[in-house]
Amino acid sequence: MAEERRPKQCTVVLPTESMKAMAESIGVGQLQEESCAALSEEVSYRIKEIAQDALKFMHHGKRRKLTTSDIDHALKLKNVEPLYGFQSQEFIPFRFASGGGRELHFYEEKEVDLSDIINTPLPRVPLDVSLKAPKEQQKAESTEPLKVVKPGQEEEGSIQKGQGAISAEAKGKKEGLMRMKPRSTHELSVEQQLYYKEITEACVGSCEAKRAEALQSIATDPGLYQMLPRFSTFISEGVRVNVVQNNLALLIYLMRMVKALMDNPTLYLEKYLHELIPAVVTCIVSKQLCLRPDVDNHWALRDFAARLMAQSCKTFSTTTNNIQSRITKTFTKSWLDEKTQWTTRYGCIAGLSELGPDVIKTLILPRLTVEGARIKAVSEGPVVSNIDKIGADHVQSLLLKHCASVIAKTRPLPDNMEQYRADYGYLGPTLCSHVVKARAQAALQAQQVNRTTLTITQPRPTLTVSQSGIGGSGGSRSPSIIKVPSSLTLMSTRPGTPTQPSPPATKYIVMATSAGASSTQQVLDGSLVITLSSSSGSSVTSTVASATSTLQPLVKLESRAASGLGGSRPLQKYIVVSLPTSASSSLESKSGMLPPSSSSTSPISLEAGMKMDHTGCVPNGTLLPI
Amino acid sequence: MAAVQDGQLNMEVEKDIKTEITNDGSGNINANSSSPGSTSSGGKSKSPAGSGEDQQTLLAVLQFLKRNKLTESVDILRREAGLSADADDSPVSDSAGAGSGGVPNVSADGGDANSLLSRVSIATPFAPPATAPPKVVAASGGEDQPDVNVVLSAYSQQGDPVLYPLYYNGLKKFIESVLDCHRAELSQVFYPLFVHMYLELVYNNHENEAKQFFEKFSGDQECYYEEDLRILSSMSKKEHMKGNETMLDFRTSKFVLRISRDSYQLLKRHLQERQNNQIWNIIQEHLYIDIFDGMPRSKSQIDAMSGSLAGEGKRDANKAKVFYGLLKEPEIEVPLDDEDEEAENEEGKPKKKKPKKDSMGSKSKKQDPNAPQQTRIPLPELKDSDKLDKIMNMKEATKKIRLGPDNLPSICFYSFLNAYQGLTAVDFTDDSSLIAGGFADSTVRVWSVTPKKLRRVKSAADLSNIDKESDDVLERIMDEKTASESKILYGHSGPVYGISFSPDRNYLLSSSEDGTVRLWSLQTFTCLVGYKGHNYPVWDTQFSPYGYYFISGGHDRVARLWATDHYQPLRMFAGHLADITCTLFHPNSNYVATGSADRTIRLWDVLTGNCVRILTGHKGPIHSLAFSPNGKFMASGATDGRVLLWDVGHGLMVGELKGHTDTIYALKFSRDGEILASGSMDNTVKLWDTLKAFDDVELDDFTAATGHIHLPENSQELLLGTYMTKSTPVIHLHFTRRNLLLAAGAYNP
Repeated sequence: MAEERRPKQCTVVLPTESMKAMAESIGVGQLQEESCAALSEEVSYRIKEIAQDALKFMHHGKRRKLTTSDIDHALKLKNVEPLYGFQSQEFIPFRFASGGGRELHFYEEKEVDLSDIINTPLPRVPLDVSLKAPKEQQKAESTEPLKVVKPGQEEEGSIQKGQGAISAEAKGKKEGLMRMKPRSTHELSVEQQLYYKEITEACVGSCEAKRAEALQSIATDPGLYQMLPRFSTFISEGVRVNVVQNNLALLIYLMRMVKALMDNPTLYLEKYLHELIPAVVTCIVSKQLCLRPDVDNHWALRDFAARLMAQSCKTFSTTTNNIQSRITKTFTKSWLDEKTQWTTRYGCIAGLSELGPDVIKTLILPRLTVEGARIKAVSEGPVVSNIDKIGADHVQSLLLKHCASVIAKTRPLPDNMEQYRADYGYLGPTLCSHVVKARAQAALQAQQVNRTTLTITQPRPTLTVSQSGIGGSGGSRSPSIIKVPSSLTLMSTRPGTPTQPSPPATKYIVMATSAGASSTQQVLDGSLVITLSSSSGSSVTSTVASATSTLQPLVKLESRAASGLGGSRPLQKYIVVSLPTSASSSLESKSGMLPPSSSSTSPISLEAGMKMDHTGCVPNGTLLPI
Repeated sequence: MAAVQDGQLNMEVEKDIKTEITNDGSGNINANSSSPGSTSSGGKSKSPAGSGEDQQTLLAVLQFLKRNKLTESVDILRREAGLSADADDSPVSDSAGAGSGGVPNVSADGGDANSLLSRVSIATPFAPPATAPPKVVAASGGEDQPDVNVVLSAYSQQGDPVLYPLYYNGLKKFIESVLDCHRAELSQVFYPLFVHMYLELVYNNHENEAKQFFEKFSGDQECYYEEDLRILSSMSKKEHMKGNETMLDFRTSKFVLRISRDSYQLLKRHLQERQNNQIWNIIQEHLYIDIFDGMPRSKSQIDAMSGSLAGEGKRDANKAKVFYGLLKEPEIEVPLDDEDEEAENEEGKPKKKKPKKDSMGSKSKKQDPNAPQQTRIPLPELKDSDKLDKIMNMKEATKKIRLGPDNLPSICFYSFLNAYQGLTAVDFTDDSSLIAGGFADSTVRVWSVTPKKLRRVKSAADLSNIDKESDDVLERIMDEKTASESKILYGHSGPVYGISFSPDRNYLLSSSEDGTVRLWSLQTFTCLVGYKGHNYPVWDTQFSPYGYYFISGGHDRVARLWATDHYQPLRMFAGHLADITCTLFHPNSNYVATGSADRTIRLWDVLTGNCVRILTGHKGPIHSLAFSPNGKFMASGATDGRVLLWDVGHGLMVGELKGHTDTIYALKFSRDGEILASGSMDNTVKLWDTLKAFDDVELDDFTAATGHIHLPENSQELLLGTYMTKSTPVIHLHFTRRNLLLAAGAYNP
């Protein structure tokens, strides 16, 4: 490689035209061609010589960049008058001109009005050089004998082994520099700043209606890319702070923000995954996420975050960033660790299970025996803390839920209880019964699929739940927050929304209405309206498993064009009225077919602001969290 | 300019050579105060000289005889002088400047150490003004030009330019066809031969042939010569050769090759058979072939040692005895209380041996056989404050952490904020209480890193009001109003490239692009002396570990040894072929190591001024040096990102530490020498297990005698840790007395 370059270096000389141009510039016309050639060689040689000397100064200045002062010093070394006052704001100060068959680069000399310079306000005085040392040093200077600290273990101040950063120092430097050198490249306009402020406040504020609107805006607004770095920092910082404070609610809000960001098709999250993924993973595996782990349902957050994680793996994992395998490794590693707490264990398993049946098959099934023994030790063992017991219970149901469906698909019949015990240990028998149920469910589903299939191939599914108010009057947007007593699940294959495996049977009748008829649509009082905007090339199956029979949920499926621009398209509406749930399906939903997030203990109440749509171009409804 | 001078070439040659000689002579007088040799030689040589060239030849031979006592070389010279008048050996006539090999500018008879200091002060009146920089480069125009012509005239021998590639190719074919064991050795010939043939072509105005020759064969050269080839490639005209340093380096010094006798015989036979006089002449004239008996060396062995501008060091250049042992520590009792101290001071002089011993006193009672005489060079006597400091040092040493592979040091990083790449040099005091930084904006800044603020001494008027009898007079003379954490020292007029604290923390040295070395007082924070001698940028300066002396080296290729109270250098160490980039005192202060852009390290004897070691092996300019605390080993780091370890006593390379990807600007051994820390431009600090590195080396008599090293291939095993900064090149490292590693650099946003 180097060899190839060398001959080139040997021959590079300035073009003779440059010599002519320079000669003309000092008043020498008609320079002989030979003189030009001779001059250009001589000049090229001298320039190279000076450049080589200048390099020396660069090396001794301990820099990687050659500066004009290096060249000045090199000239001084050769007893040549340096170029005084050369400085340029731009990288290459030359202008290009051509004409008459000649091409020319020249240095533009502008006329400067002195009064302008005098009147412009002075720039800020640059900060003086200062010395920054980590706090550790104070210890070193005191008289107490130094403790030996291994590089990996130092809390602060010393260089972290292999971490690629001097933690405290780097932080300190950042602060110092941020103060004095604000980045000007990514300035937000005042409107954007206001928007950002509103959105973030709404997202973590107490008003659920506002939050729903804000999330909807994040998920749909096409012009958010400028704010994306801010959002991702907001989320990652927010998670960092709230994990420490065990503020479960805020963590949930932040995860919903992540989901909304992922739902927005105009945003490219790839560049911000380094901030988002740690935040999400934190919410999955953190030891403690809430103040009272025995009471609060942090399991739902873990599940939700795990689904987010699985989704981003599916969407963003490439051969170069290898997100999926890295994430898998992380989960597996902490799962395999004996000392891992039940909460983290749960998170790891949830995270792995969401990654799909293949992962379950290869990573989770082989561990079932070990895990079963562990659960057994907790649940049947003598002295055990309540928290551990709850954790073990959750892990057990999680394992059963995910493994049963996979086993049902892969394991040949018959389902022998003893055989299961032999294969999967403590969990075997329970697992067996679950598998049997799963098989029955699958069979039932197959039947129902034959009967009623809801396949909507429309762009952008966003699920919005709106509670119809008392009247259907157009502008009334009373943000009444209604706790939806029903558990509700949504299944979508479109990437961007966390999916839920094995939906229960579909129980809907779908009625399509024309766009014009939307205003005439009657909505039953007190009934639940679900608006579905479906996305391109994907099928949406949505289910509502109604636990309370008094309510007749209505699912409204609304199709829109790919982006918010599609206002011109006539709105198509589907009214889905749920069938009375059969006895078997409601039983199933209670017996764990539904994810814990939608179980009745979920702290995430399904709240929705009421919103009625009258015109097709306004995206209606509010966003449903799960 | 050049054209005009060509016209009156002969005249000027003669004239300038005369001036050169007188300069040279007086220079010698200055240094030895009693060396009539060189002046008289000048006189003698002039008389029989008919033409300018004859005169040069004779002069050269005579000077060489006198100076070097290298009978071998002299024989060759004589033979050549007989053969052709053109073949005069110009390196000799040039020796006043760049010098050849280890030619000392200071004669070796100045061994009487006690009189050294006084003698220099006597000698100073005779010293020439600082206008005679021993620099060969034609930077100041006329004066150096004839010198260059002399050098170049050696190339005037004409051969058919068309045949050059054939000759070269013929040799290439031959070397490729010889036995494997000889091939690696003989391949060493390629590079110098290539360069000299190319230069001959260029000199004789065969520009196109030269270019073709270059293109054809430059690819064959070893990759580590790429830098030089680049410079070479830009030279395509005879005029360019004047004033080009690299070119002169090739001419003024013989390229040294080490070849086994068998391989050499092969080559010789081949060339004589083929009547290949062109190549044979070049080998005779421009190469120094160091023939040894024994097994030819392997390719890796050769590669480890080669890479320097002028080939390997000659074997006999590294034969001189080096007293690498440490001086005996003065006996100081650690006082139980302060009253004891007064009594100890009477006996605590460095020369005296004292049977009484403290547990943490000096390590051995016996004199180290490898240590120099305590009085070999005069060292300043210890002051009370020095003793106090030594006591502090010992106390600290008891709290020192024993480092090792399992017990790595903590690293504390001092970052310079808002320095905007302007930080060019850093130094810590030995007790780690002060940090000094040299900056590209010509300033020197000193920080106190302890709660103790920096204070200036009061002005003279205020000082007269102080009660001199009071106990706390030292406290009273300080001006409390000036207390601050940092002080700025203004005085230089160019970037400050080197900086060094005196061991007693009273002075600070700084060297700058403006060609001066300045001594600053840390009591008054003013400049005390500006040492002018280098007329070109001074890249580095360093205080002796005992204070008083300091060394400086710079672009003029001469390292100078100074004493703080003399404005003229005591010694001038000439021999490097390119800029001296870093300087370092041996822990016993009797030797000085200099690293250079010619990719060699030289070790100089402070007493005699002789070059006692030439260490080759780096493939890029050397930017950092470190001696192990026991003085036995040395580490060096270069732009090639490698750290090499050297056995100073044997003059051998004993290790190669690969891992850095950019220039290594900082090296430091831990206080006990178990760990070497290296800091680099690539934003990392790496720690190396030196104990293991030095243990692994098996030094039998054979390797010691021939210099054939077998480097262990395990530098990765020696790497104990890599510590990255975010974006801060590491430009200085320092182990505190308790073995905490301090690093410094400027944050580079």
